[in-house]
Amino acid sequence: MAKDKELNILKHGLVPEHRLLPTEEEKEVLDGLGVDRENLPKILISDPAIQQLVKVHGDINVGRIVEIKRKSRTAGVAKAYRLVVKRE
Amino acid sequence: MKRIRNTSKRIGSIQFAYMSPEEKRDLSATKIITPDTYDDDGFPVEMGLMDTHLGVIEPGLRCKACGGRVDECSGHFGHIELAMPVIHIGYVKEIKKLLRSTCSECGRLLLEEEQIKEYLERMSEMRRMGAGPIDIRYFAKDISKEARKNERCPHCRSEQRKIVLDKPSTFREEKTKLTPKEVRARLERIPDDDLWALGINPEVTRPEYMVLKVLLVPPVTVRPSITLESGDRSEDDLTHKLVDILRINQRLRENRDVGSPQLIVEDLWDLLQYHVTTYFDNQTSGIPPARHRSGRTLKTLIQRLKGKEGRFRQNLSGKRVNFSSRTVISPDPWLSINEVGVPIKAARELTVPLKVTPANIERSKELVENGPSPTKDGKYMAGATYMIRPDGRRIKVTETNSETVAEKIEPGFTIERGLQNGDIVLFNRQPSLHRMSMMAHEVKIVPGKTFRLNLAVCPPYNADFDGDEMNLHVLQSEEARAEAKVLMIVQEHILSPRFGGPIIGAIQDHISGLFFLTYNNPSFTRKEVVSIFSNLKTGRFPQAVEEDGERIWRGKDVFSYFLPEGFNIEFRASICEKCDECEKKGCEHDAYVVIEDGKLLAGTIDENAVSAFSGEIVDKIARDYGTDEARRFIDQVTKIALGVITLRGFTTTIEDEEIPEKAAEQIESVLRKAEKKVGHLVEAYKRGELEELPGRGQRETLEVKVMKELGKARDHAGQIASRHLGMSNNAVVMAKTGARASMLNLTQMAGAVGQQAIRGERPSRGYEERTLSHFKRKELGAKSKGFVRSSYKEGLDPLEYFFHSMGGREGLVDTAVRTSRSGYMQRRLINALEDLMVSNDGTVRNTADTIIQFMYGEDGIDPMRSKRGDALDMDDLIRDFKKRGDE
Repeated sequence: MAKDKELNILKHGLVPEHRLLPTEEEKEVLDGLGVDRENLPKILISDPAIQQLVKVHGDINVGRIVEIKRKSRTAGVAKAYRLVVKRE
Repeated sequence: MKRIRNTSKRIGSIQFAYMSPEEKRDLSATKIITPDTYDDDGFPVEMGLMDTHLGVIEPGLRCKACGGRVDECSGHFGHIELAMPVIHIGYVKEIKKLLRSTCSECGRLLLEEEQIKEYLERMSEMRRMGAGPIDIRYFAKDISKEARKNERCPHCRSEQRKIVLDKPSTFREEKTKLTPKEVRARLERIPDDDLWALGINPEVTRPEYMVLKVLLVPPVTVRPSITLESGDRSEDDLTHKLVDILRINQRLRENRDVGSPQLIVEDLWDLLQYHVTTYFDNQTSGIPPARHRSGRTLKTLIQRLKGKEGRFRQNLSGKRVNFSSRTVISPDPWLSINEVGVPIKAARELTVPLKVTPANIERSKELVENGPSPTKDGKYMAGATYMIRPDGRRIKVTETNSETVAEKIEPGFTIERGLQNGDIVLFNRQPSLHRMSMMAHEVKIVPGKTFRLNLAVCPPYNADFDGDEMNLHVLQSEEARAEAKVLMIVQEHILSPRFGGPIIGAIQDHISGLFFLTYNNPSFTRKEVVSIFSNLKTGRFPQAVEEDGERIWRGKDVFSYFLPEGFNIEFRASICEKCDECEKKGCEHDAYVVIEDGKLLAGTIDENAVSAFSGEIVDKIARDYGTDEARRFIDQVTKIALGVITLRGFTTTIEDEEIPEKAAEQIESVLRKAEKKVGHLVEAYKRGELEELPGRGQRETLEVKVMKELGKARDHAGQIASRHLGMSNNAVVMAKTGARASMLNLTQMAGAVGQQAIRGERPSRGYEERTLSHFKRKELGAKSKGFVRSSYKEGLDPLEYFFHSMGGREGLVDTAVRTSRSGYMQRRLINALEDLMVSNDGTVRNTADTIIQFMYGEDGIDPMRSKRGDALDMDDLIRDFKKRGDE
């Protein structure tokens, strides 16, 4: 394996698909769920998956939302949303 | 002091603080100086631990502090002036933190002035942003961690020496001991302004209060003494401990005042510290627990609160309740699954409040007139035990006053009557592991002394009748009864949310009975059918057929009688032989069940049709026809099953495992061959010629192969045995239908018990390089590693018996460990999940409305209404469509 080739954890089979939700879509998602941003589950900005997204999208601000698509035993594909936060 | 009632207010906030000596003195009703409790006449000693200023526990006496009697005065605190200060054991960590982060000379926080300022600003910023006390505490912790790094005080430039805590409560500064007095002096030196940064609000408290000068003495009501029958008094553990403290305190004061040697004073001081420490917490690590004269460890303050038997879990989270009863349970197949048999004794004792209205006044009068324990023709009749007037006065109804009391009854009164048939009660068996552990039943008064329940509800309660006891709670309000009847009644729990199938259904003999009713469709005479149906309250009979001029009944028709109209289903019965090519309807074993339009056309009714965990028919009826129909079906079918099995008779003996000599010889040769093969494997291993399995070495490969070989041999032996055991054998019937036991059990009885395993491997330990001294070292054969070639019926030889015991013991230990561990895991899980709920949009949220799961179970399916976890029963739907297409 080439040493200079960086590992993209998002391409790993066991890591679910992470997508930075465009700000335009945020309102739709939040309204759909009927919640405030604060009531979403959180993900740390230091999370390796977010750090990988930073490499693609450039800096991600605290307060953005990430959509995670997981394979689900019961539902096939399950969508989840995470609010990006900084450690207190 | 009269307490004000009926005012409810919401708590805005709570503040905790260390209590100052002055506050304690102000709070105190009296100073305690003597360790004596009562004088010779039995009166409390003034300024003693039982001083009547602290409240009263004996009726007749009045509290000196407030003048209240026993029930009026809840007690008052007293105080002890400690001769020398001692450290409060609960605060040692906090004290350590403060000592390390402040200067030993000037008392300032070990940070630059600007740094302190900055931290304080950040802290107030955090407060403004809504940070809670916990966030502040964490921040303060970080600040003190930062301060600790400075080895020289930035304010007075004095060098800081390392302070260590010598557990449990001694502080040392580089080998020199810091007395509590010195510790207190240091804490006193910390200026108010620096305290904010350390997480202490100086407007409320001071850190030096963590070193005690004054000890609060709890009221006597907290530590009541018990008068034994002999007239002796027995004091509470806390009182004992306080006596110890007072004694040492007095000695310490005397010694200090006369100027005794420093050594003696210090020893006494340490002793006082020990007593005060154990007074708070008698399980402090590093010091021996204080003991009672009898050797029992004392239960002091922390012990009163902590753990399973502590105040919180025992008395606050859970309480003993009224209107409940507990007794042994026994089976009663005549009851409906919705009913519970309540013995007369319990029914008389348990009551339901009945509000008297113009509509029921006649009935109420009758109940009271009947007195507390009426009978009718020697049978039970509900009576009233109390009448409650609107002003709250309770009048006991007795045999003698019942008529006069009955005359006084008016609408608005309440009477308490005993149980009667049809009352709704809750029935529970511990451990309450799922919601079906507590279900609502209808009362049926029965003779005897046990609670009775239908056998079909044993699985949800996990009950049997080897001495199990269950609890019964009588609901006291109309709302509670209505709610229980709708939500908790047994029939609403036929389907389990645990796996989306029935958890209530036929068990054991029910299954055997239905097997005999339906297998190969036997015929029954009129007499027999009457006998079977006599169990049921029905006048109607199933369809008969004419044969040789006689009316006879076919078993499948009898069963069909209980199926709802238009019922269709197809599935494999438990007796299915799993042939390569399924003949479906034409199955030669009568193992493929076909029901069309409520008629059992083919197949045998057994475990897969009606049982408590896998009954397809029960499942479908509950789903498609509702719980009423499902209850009816279970009630009737189980009764019929018992009728059939009673008629036929059913037993099993050791002879059911008898096999012909020829078969025994075959088994013998199979086992011999297997052992030979194992011998070859061992030799191949010794030569190192074993072909290694992926990821395993030579030795592991041998083990796997040997296990496989011996397992195969046992299975083969079982097959040979079962060839000679047919469906005419009751033991086989039970195993095949799923009523009880398995073919493996029969194999072990008739064929060979097989390999014993310890932690999934052949036994290997015991003696040096061998399991027992009967074998050669490094021997790897079957016999020496726990293969039991005998059957249970033949009996085991001593070596086999020993290995079998090893395996058996492991099983016992495993279950013991598993139950305790899984119990604790479940407790933690429940505590973590108890306030989550599914909201209307399908999301799972907590009380703060934060989303925990975006869709319940990710698919939003209620597992109880699912078909074994799936939202749709596809096979059933396809069958349904096909049928409609045909029509």
